[in-house]
Amino acid sequence: MNFVQRLGNNTLDQLRGWGHAALFFWEMLLAVPAALSRFGLVVAQIYAIGNRSLVIILASGLAVGFVLALQMYYALVTYGAAESLGLIVNLSLVRELGPVVTGLLFAGRAGTSLTAEIGLMKAGEQIAAMELMAIDPKARVLVPRLIGGVVSMPILAVLFSAVGILGAWVVAVKMIGVDSGNFWSIMQTQVDVWRDVGNGVIKSIVFGVICTVVALYQGFETEATPEGVAYATTRTVVISSLWILGMDFILTALMFSTP
Amino acid sequence: MGKKGVETLVGLFVLLGVAGLAFLALKAANLGSLTGADSYSVQARFDNIGGLKPRAAVRSAGVTVGRVSSIVLDPKTFQGVVTLDIERTYNFPKDTAAKILTAGLLGDQYVGLEPGGDDKNLVAGETIAQTQSAVVLENLIGQFLTTQADDAGSASGAASGAKK
Amino acid sequence: MNSDTFIEIEHVSFGYDPSRLILKDISLKFPRGKVTAILGGSGCGKTTLLRLIGGVYPANSGRVVFDGDVINTRDKAQTYKLRRRLGMLFQFGALFTDLTVFENVAFPLREHTALPEDMIRDIVLMKLNAVGLRGAAALRISEVSGGMARRIALARAIALDPELIMYDEPFAGLDLISMGVAAKLIRTLNDVTDATSLVVSHDVAECMAISDFVVLMATGGRIVAQGRPEELMASDDPETRQFVRGEPDGPVKFHYPAPPMDADFGLSAQAATP
Repeated sequence: MNFVQRLGNNTLDQLRGWGHAALFFWEMLLAVPAALSRFGLVVAQIYAIGNRSLVIILASGLAVGFVLALQMYYALVTYGAAESLGLIVNLSLVRELGPVVTGLLFAGRAGTSLTAEIGLMKAGEQIAAMELMAIDPKARVLVPRLIGGVVSMPILAVLFSAVGILGAWVVAVKMIGVDSGNFWSIMQTQVDVWRDVGNGVIKSIVFGVICTVVALYQGFETEATPEGVAYATTRTVVISSLWILGMDFILTALMFSTP
Repeated sequence: MGKKGVETLVGLFVLLGVAGLAFLALKAANLGSLTGADSYSVQARFDNIGGLKPRAAVRSAGVTVGRVSSIVLDPKTFQGVVTLDIERTYNFPKDTAAKILTAGLLGDQYVGLEPGGDDKNLVAGETIAQTQSAVVLENLIGQFLTTQADDAGSASGAASGAKK
Repeated sequence: MNSDTFIEIEHVSFGYDPSRLILKDISLKFPRGKVTAILGGSGCGKTTLLRLIGGVYPANSGRVVFDGDVINTRDKAQTYKLRRRLGMLFQFGALFTDLTVFENVAFPLREHTALPEDMIRDIVLMKLNAVGLRGAAALRISEVSGGMARRIALARAIALDPELIMYDEPFAGLDLISMGVAAKLIRTLNDVTDATSLVVSHDVAECMAISDFVVLMATGGRIVAQGRPEELMASDDPETRQFVRGEPDGPVKFHYPAPPMDADFGLSAQAATP
């Protein structure tokens, strides 16, 4: 096969892969009503995905808040604008770092766990067994996890930002000595709840959908071997992360292009 | 852990999320001061609004009494028409002056209200008659240079002509 | 509709990849209410046959008839309706590892019926009792042995009292006691519930002991022989004899095709060296 043929084949394979993934997503959407009627399953998944990620998200949020406060202070103090520290930290977190960093952490923690779980279920023929019992594995296994992920992500992102702001307050007010009143009041006048907080929440919902769908797809389509599952979890993290960063650019351009 | 336990924890998780969102919206953003229910609108016209933006503060004696709700250009007079939402608890006399001021040296711009002495108060929908536009830096520099040039001209004129 | 035949395979050919057929023009009739064993070496298509009967894949040509209904894999509703009437025992159990033993067996009951929990509890314990594991109901799947896992999977497969029970290699990797237990269960279940049982295996001794009807397949998806167990044991056909007697060499060769030994070991050169 010469170079052109190979290129053509690879492109076609890639297209087929995307089409396959899109069909997969569509079939999952169709099964959402069925999964919602089994609300207990969804709740169990929110616990597995959301609650279990709380520790790392809160810890990271706090750490990022600390560091942001320090770094931004050094930058702002040269312009005599140290009082705006709260505002800068808030906007950085709520608009960008909250959704994006939470998304990346989510892909790493919850995404890989989902991929491995589904992949191993497939390897152990549990999915096939369910099919032969006339139970749709998408509605029973996959979609509850999808809903769990889409519900958990925005909550985690909001908590990341909130904890980050509190952490920044501790560093700014208690350690550096920025005025507490100014810290909050300048923030309160300049941060718009719909434009900044609201758009941040929208971003985190989009990232939640992307990460969860990618994780479930990779797990579902993996080869039923240990190497296959390991490879699939790597792909989940890589693909989710690239999509998050790409979509973040597009969403930021759409949402924040006018001051 | 039993099913009830899981449900409780998930409920707490969601509650935590709502609390976080409420914190962000109220304490860390401007939702608290966006309540427009108990406010009334008046208008003010400026030749130049400078850097004034919607949702900027309206202050009197430094106290925030309202918000700028919209800014549009009047196509006939080519003035900027600024709509102010003032809280109902504050009433200002009809001859109140509105100035566009800057908070601090490099801060954001806001509308300052200086009350007059009229017996009657401003009512919703009325227009503030006395306004002072924002200070535009370029104009200020231009003025300064012109004054300098004048002084230099008159100084040399005085030096070469009769004493003052 | 022939009431003696529960499953009929009519001239079925199938391959995951159309250029490499696993089953070639197979025709079989599985008698109702009897235990039929499907024997053959690895790779002869026995498990694939079970998948076709379960409607997992569509046949490339021919039809699979399930109690008079032709299986149409594109019709999801029909496929699911048919699957409610069958129970399948996978080779390694395919139990749901995140549930307990009890919850595994209760799974099909909870999904497909609206029975109250106390009734489900009774049924589950009865099924576990039938396989001898009523005491293990509270265990987690990680705590059970391989043999126990198969029995739990069997209890789960029969939870809804299916008309067709399919066993995929039920004896593979079991010790003699467990094998005896499994064989006894298969036979007893079939007799007690009037179900039709299909046992895919390469364990000749156990299968011959419990089956009413035996089908022997060979690589390439051919049917070598079919009939009652005694007929196959007494057969003169060399392929059949080799399989049922476990002879290492015969129509199924011992050696993988290789060049002659002389060439590989350089033996012909010995005569030339001084």
